[in-house]
Amino acid sequence: MGKLGSRLLAGPYIVWMVLFTIIPLCLVVYNAFTNSGGVFTLDNVLAIFDPVNLKPLWLSVKMSLIVTISCFLLAFPLAMVLWKYSKNKNSLIVMVFILPMWMNFMLRTLAWRLILLNNGFLNHGLALLGLNPIYLMNTKVAIILGTAYDYFPFMLLPIYNALVKIDRDVINAANDLGATGFVVLKRIILPLSLPGIVSGITMVLVPSVSEFVIADMLGGGKVYLIGNVIEQAFNSGYADVHLGSGLSLSLMGIIVISMLFYKFFDKGEERSGIW
Amino acid sequence: MVKKVKGAAGKLYLVLILLLLYVPIVILIVSSFNASEKNKAVWGGFTLNAYKELIHDETVMSALYTTLLLAGGASLIATVLGTLVCIGMMSMKKYSKSFILGVTQIPLLNSDIVTGIALMLLFTRFSELSFTTMLVAHVTFIIPYVVLSVQPKVVQLNLSTYEAALDLGASHLYAMWKVVLPEIMPGILSGFLLAFTMSLDDFSVTYFTKAPGIHTMSTMINAEYRKGIQTEIYALSTIVFVIVLFVLFIINRRSEKVARFEAESGVEM
Repeated sequence: MGKLGSRLLAGPYIVWMVLFTIIPLCLVVYNAFTNSGGVFTLDNVLAIFDPVNLKPLWLSVKMSLIVTISCFLLAFPLAMVLWKYSKNKNSLIVMVFILPMWMNFMLRTLAWRLILLNNGFLNHGLALLGLNPIYLMNTKVAIILGTAYDYFPFMLLPIYNALVKIDRDVINAANDLGATGFVVLKRIILPLSLPGIVSGITMVLVPSVSEFVIADMLGGGKVYLIGNVIEQAFNSGYADVHLGSGLSLSLMGIIVISMLFYKFFDKGEERSGIW
Repeated sequence: MVKKVKGAAGKLYLVLILLLLYVPIVILIVSSFNASEKNKAVWGGFTLNAYKELIHDETVMSALYTTLLLAGGASLIATVLGTLVCIGMMSMKKYSKSFILGVTQIPLLNSDIVTGIALMLLFTRFSELSFTTMLVAHVTFIIPYVVLSVQPKVVQLNLSTYEAALDLGASHLYAMWKVVLPEIMPGILSGFLLAFTMSLDDFSVTYFTKAPGIHTMSTMINAEYRKGIQTEIYALSTIVFVIVLFVLFIINRRSEKVARFEAESGVEM
């Protein structure tokens, strides 16, 4: 192979990543294992097991699982239908479904506020139909709806991109050989789209488990998630950098461990990104 | 018959999800024209006031300016660094390569909140929070998207054309510029676009690393949505939506042309 470029080209990137990814993480670790006097302690890391923090963590895990599963159940059939109707991955119909992702995340959340407020669009709509109002604002349901709406495109795109890569001849062959629709789905489509499913689930689960601002805007401060606990540890009147770092480190640990566990299903196949 | 029913069900499902996705956006747009200040669910007459006020609103306009400057600058830096590392990786051993790709995964696997906090700890320890720190933070969390977009293109690169250029007397730099870069351009472009989108959309990282007094759209909305300027935010969202629609339309027209060209000529672009 001719010397294509030099290894030196990687230099700026490596310096950047060491300075702004690895060193900051070391700072988190350092802060997590010390107290304000700079003395080693395990208190901050173990604080996650304190019921005060364990409850929000459990709630976050539960809610983000509900969000992820609902996104998957809605996105997978949609991706299949889109795959059937679109010729390439830039076709207009696919673009139409990605478009909401390009609206600002906070604007999308704000829209749900307008819908769910007690005298908002939902209840006015229900009143028009002669139905009783539903009070969803400041509940867990509101947060789940908002989060699922915000992250839905991140589930749809990787699955769709994986489906597009499937050779349609494989499916035709299976049909010719007498496979039913269900068998094709189970034996061909699902296994071949697995990399897309894996990245879709990762891209929804990781951000939604640490979500705090949606809980703020749609939960009205009444639903307290682990993200809110960490945010409060840094930005409230009784801020504690060490406790916040400890909790962040624990959260990171939980995410990394579940990802490693989850990688079993990935089988090191090519990941399909969201683009 | 069964196939027809299935097709109809698929179309119905498509429309249903489309409604779910667009109803909130339509509500934002309608609200921006609603004169009723108190409750947007009640129609109080058509008005363009919000749009007029928007132009003169310092808070909103400066947030918009900061957001665009930040996203543009950060994705430009990230694209340059990310592309360079992808080219540099070609002449690397497997071990160093997997180290770099591993480091690239860190911001992706970390949740935004942890990335934001880690960077905040760094910045507050060694300097002050400013626009520059926000820029650095944005570059850091969007860079992986560039690497992941460009890397596959570099791997697919046909080295013979590059070597041919060298044999014909091109310098390394010239061959890189004229042969390699055009070939990986689609990856670079989609990496840039993705990085830009991620930067525009971010709340958490910005929230922890932002300097007091500087707002992006996201942090501005978070700070102001309970106060009086709501209608202006809806007006802004309408404008954003129209621009995005326009941009996507153009991209789509372009890629359709490319697709047609590929189909007719048999050349893959």
